[in-house]
Amino acid sequence: MKKEITVTINGEAHTVEVEPRLLLVHLIREQLSMTGTHIGCDTSSCGACTILVDGKSIKSCTMLAIQADGKSIITVEGLATVEGLHPLQEGFKENHGLHCGFCTPGMMLRAVELLEKNPNPTEEEIRWGISGNLCRCTGYNNIVKAIQYAGAKIRGEELPSTEPEFV
Amino acid sequence: MGHSIKRKEDARFIQGKGNYVDDIKLPGMLHMDIVRSPYAYAKIKSINAEEALKIPGVIAVVTGKDLEKYNLHWMPTLMSDTQMVLPTDTVMYQAQEVAAVIATDRYAARDGKEAVMVDYEPMKPVIDPFKALDEDAPVLRTDKEGKTDNHIWNWSVGDKEATDKLFDSADVTVKEQMHIPRIHVASIETCGCVADYNKVENHLTMYMTTQAPHAIRTVIALVAGHVGLTEEKVRVISPDIGGGFGGKVPVYPGYVIAIAVSFLVGKPVKWVEDRSENLQADSFARDYHITAEMAATKEGKIQGIRFKLLADHGYTDAAANPSKFPTGLFSICTGSYDYGTAYLEADAVYTNKPPGGVAYRCSFRVTEAVHAIERITDRLALEIGKDPAQLRFENFIKKEDFPWKSPTGWEYDSGDYHAGLQKAMDAIDYEGLRKEQAEKRARGEMMGIGISTFTEIVGAGPSKDFDILGIKMFDSAEIRVHPTGKAIARFGTKSQGQGHETTYAQIIAEELGIPAEHIQIEEGDTDTAPYGLGTYASRSTPTAGAAAAVAARKLRDKARKIAAYLLEVSEEDLEWEPGKFFVKGAPEKAKTIQEIVFAAYTNHPQGMEAGFEATHYYDPPNLTFPSGAYICVVDIDKETCEIKVRRFVAIDDCGNIINPMIVQGQVHGGLTQGIAPAMYEELIYDEDGNILNGTLMDYLVPTAVESPNWETGHTITPSPHHPIGAKGVGESPTVGAPPAIANAIVDALSPHGITHMDIPITPYKVWKVLKEKGVVE
Repeated sequence: MKKEITVTINGEAHTVEVEPRLLLVHLIREQLSMTGTHIGCDTSSCGACTILVDGKSIKSCTMLAIQADGKSIITVEGLATVEGLHPLQEGFKENHGLHCGFCTPGMMLRAVELLEKNPNPTEEEIRWGISGNLCRCTGYNNIVKAIQYAGAKIRGEELPSTEPEFV
Repeated sequence: MGHSIKRKEDARFIQGKGNYVDDIKLPGMLHMDIVRSPYAYAKIKSINAEEALKIPGVIAVVTGKDLEKYNLHWMPTLMSDTQMVLPTDTVMYQAQEVAAVIATDRYAARDGKEAVMVDYEPMKPVIDPFKALDEDAPVLRTDKEGKTDNHIWNWSVGDKEATDKLFDSADVTVKEQMHIPRIHVASIETCGCVADYNKVENHLTMYMTTQAPHAIRTVIALVAGHVGLTEEKVRVISPDIGGGFGGKVPVYPGYVIAIAVSFLVGKPVKWVEDRSENLQADSFARDYHITAEMAATKEGKIQGIRFKLLADHGYTDAAANPSKFPTGLFSICTGSYDYGTAYLEADAVYTNKPPGGVAYRCSFRVTEAVHAIERITDRLALEIGKDPAQLRFENFIKKEDFPWKSPTGWEYDSGDYHAGLQKAMDAIDYEGLRKEQAEKRARGEMMGIGISTFTEIVGAGPSKDFDILGIKMFDSAEIRVHPTGKAIARFGTKSQGQGHETTYAQIIAEELGIPAEHIQIEEGDTDTAPYGLGTYASRSTPTAGAAAAVAARKLRDKARKIAAYLLEVSEEDLEWEPGKFFVKGAPEKAKTIQEIVFAAYTNHPQGMEAGFEATHYYDPPNLTFPSGAYICVVDIDKETCEIKVRRFVAIDDCGNIINPMIVQGQVHGGLTQGIAPAMYEELIYDEDGNILNGTLMDYLVPTAVESPNWETGHTITPSPHHPIGAKGVGESPTVGAPPAIANAIVDALSPHGITHMDIPITPYKVWKVLKEKGVVE
């Protein structure tokens, strides 16, 4: 019944035997013990489990592990490099883009694809771009700022202020 | 203090190294899933587990009858009511736990759940809380001996006679019937646990999504002490929590079943509910029906209020209020206005809905109270034709009148309401907006401006009045400074995203002069942290934050003694500046806090206790009273009735600010949780007790698109009784935002004769009332 698959996660190839019905998120979290990818719902609504599959942001609770056979996956654990944090990780930290941290990995991975497709998005494009990912803590203002910050960093422009603005 | 230092806890969260309950994996761990009732009210005729037990990996199916053998089938709620862990004969709400399936992995447990056959005999449920009080309504809690109706409690406060007299003679009275809908905290992480009972040691480690780990340990010992789990044998660990908002205060049946199973089989048992179970069965919030009345002079001087409440608690009162306050702190409903007459009366009822009444990001029913007073105040403004900002200015308690005694018995500590509202009006250009609105109205367009000027009541609370299950609502801090001047501090509270690892370190840094980056903060492990009642009701800064400041001051007193000894001067000759003591008039003669701490371990004065540690249990002398002035602007499309929040300015006053960035972040998040019930969220039940929107596909948590760009600011009126003058802020925006939005929408619709709308106010509801009024087709 089980099927052998090979998935590359954060540059490392894993050959594993899985039940055909196993969700990709469970393969990653339970069989491979990478717990940075979270589960927040059972209806593919919240986006906490978002990862990159061959560069596309995917809710990993909507994909079977066997569908990822031969694919290359990036999870939150693979965002930083030897040079340091990914611009999005830095953006979220510098702009207080997270409180409890539960939605953060999915939110950042969604934003990776968003910025690749649209390197200089407007606020409205960012808001629509992350509308498949729910955050219950931050009210989104600072998530938008974090993504704008990361965009500027990736484009090599001057970084926006990270001081909170008050009326 | 006062600096927006970046959060210490973020490093792990942005790199996927947080440690949430579902991340815990122990050797030999079993998985639990729960069979739930499809009916709101039914007799259980039989439970057949035969097929389930044939499934590979399924080990056991646990029912109420199994738990009954150990007297673990019922448990107390925090409101001293009782709740089934698993039923032996009757289910009382849809999605109630009926049986638990234990298996070697998550998938087998789910297969087992699908295979358990339960034979029910459905009964007609009681869903409407008003009908629940009818004389011929079936009595739901037949488990309670002698119970002859569905009434839970009656509570009142204020002067009934004086209030009735006022309402009989007042120039102007206004009245509205309001429903504050049943909603859900919907934290992105659901609830769960890993119960790990070690048979050899007779010791339970309970990893659990709880906001109050110490209280939970005591509750476990009270419930399971008779089977040997006494309090020293129980360790509760609350790891990283993915949002709490009050929903992770109660004890849910799943936790108790996991403990019971681990106890019986001697293996760790993991239970993590899925989202739909979380929405359908875990504690709801709000669900108050309020009749609000206000009396005033014809010039608009508010003279009094009279509120009547009906609280729908579902099948048991599983709220999490302080024991003496069945309606929580609803009596803050007199608001920010200067008058002396009020009377409130509340009744609570049982219905066939999930139990609860938790304080969702609100200090025990303050959200309901603020909604009622801010809506009825606007209603008065409409009635007498006065601008709602002007009406508020004329009725505010003046800043020189604090401390101020409210007609329901509270002593407001401090506030400057005029300054807050003026700042909000200037920031949003209130006058300009009113002009624009007049022009638009002349053209038949719908634009509304809504104000909410609220007073909160947080930081429960003083031990003379505040306890939960008898445990007084103090909180604690323990600071331990190591020989090299670096520290660890532990607390009885538990962050769920509030940033305690940063803000507590800032408080200690301010008081002790050790840099915040050298102070490690730890919470959530009952074996190491001092006892405290946890984090909810905006109580962490008012109680544990105060404890941190007082403990640090104890250490500073000790530091002064050691510095005097090292510098060979008397203590009175020393002066403190953050980080060091120096000799008055000779600032070059100084000892840094690091030198002093090192001496506490290496060269302390003879006769003095060695080491550098202090603990404080802080019993607040009063609650704190944060306030705010919020203004919202909405545009309503006449064709589609779509409501667009164009601008929202929030001016908060939470006293002295520890970290402006974190305070602002709390306000942003709370505002989105305020627009949620105002425009989107409500748990809806049909007359058979079926939940109609029990998944995230149809329970509308706002996304970044619905959530507007929040504009925030502050005024600062320190709390006079708090050691660092802080008040707490986490909940103000959730409390203050819904009436600002509702007032804006009603303002937009008021030219058409509309005086009130119940939240959530949706395009459909707007279309319906406008159609009734003949404004739209």
